[in-house]
Amino acid sequence: MSAISADKVLDCSGLLCPLPVIKTTKAIKELQVGQVLKMIATDPGAPADMEAWAKQTGNELLASEQEDGKFVFYIRRTK
Amino acid sequence: MAEERRKLALIASKGTLDWAYPPFILASTAAALGWEVQIFFTFYGLLLLKPDYKPAVSPLGNPAMPMKMPFGPNGFQEINWPMPVLVQALPGFQSMATTLMKMTFKNKNVPSIEELREMCIDLGVKLIGCQMTMDVFGFSKEDFIPEVEVGGAATFLEFAATADVSLFI
Repeated sequence: MSAISADKVLDCSGLLCPLPVIKTTKAIKELQVGQVLKMIATDPGAPADMEAWAKQTGNELLASEQEDGKFVFYIRRTK
Repeated sequence: MAEERRKLALIASKGTLDWAYPPFILASTAAALGWEVQIFFTFYGLLLLKPDYKPAVSPLGNPAMPMKMPFGPNGFQEINWPMPVLVQALPGFQSMATTLMKMTFKNKNVPSIEELREMCIDLGVKLIGCQMTMDVFGFSKEDFIPEVEVGGAATFLEFAATADVSLFI
């Protein structure tokens, strides 16, 4: 469990590529710069994809962890 | 993020259900990553831009296609059914295979081609229909979704020349 507090939660459980990436892109645009999005996914490709996503969009992946068999990501909007 | 936006140039040349996925998945993902994306739809790929297009898939001539059932108990779903080529050629087999593949995608929460196409449009992917193919197959611009722009090989090449990734699908 992470101590990071999120401004918004996006649950992508059960969704496969490319939906978690696309839904995250849309969700982050609805946040203010500096706010944090918590994204939950079950797609085994998600940890690698979210790392690549953060690198390319410039948003900050604060944490990538596993919780109750799900992947949980905390992302800060940076621009 | 790089100073300049990355670019993806795709050619979509096939119109079957299985081959419809790769261009739309790559395009929507790249656009979500902030890339500038253009897809050039040529030959059978052009049909992916029809408003009412219902892509089909056939196991005929496609021996790698798994023949599995998307319903029933787990053990049953795991069976890869041996399907003689002659049976695959029977009337109705193609539509059955298409229905089963669509059912599988739905069960796995994979979006439909129409949904993916909509996502691409929302994310700003540019869809270019090949003018020459339209002439050859007897289509006009009005036969396709309104977001389609019409162009030729030179249009694609101009964009592809500056693209970071170019793929023929």
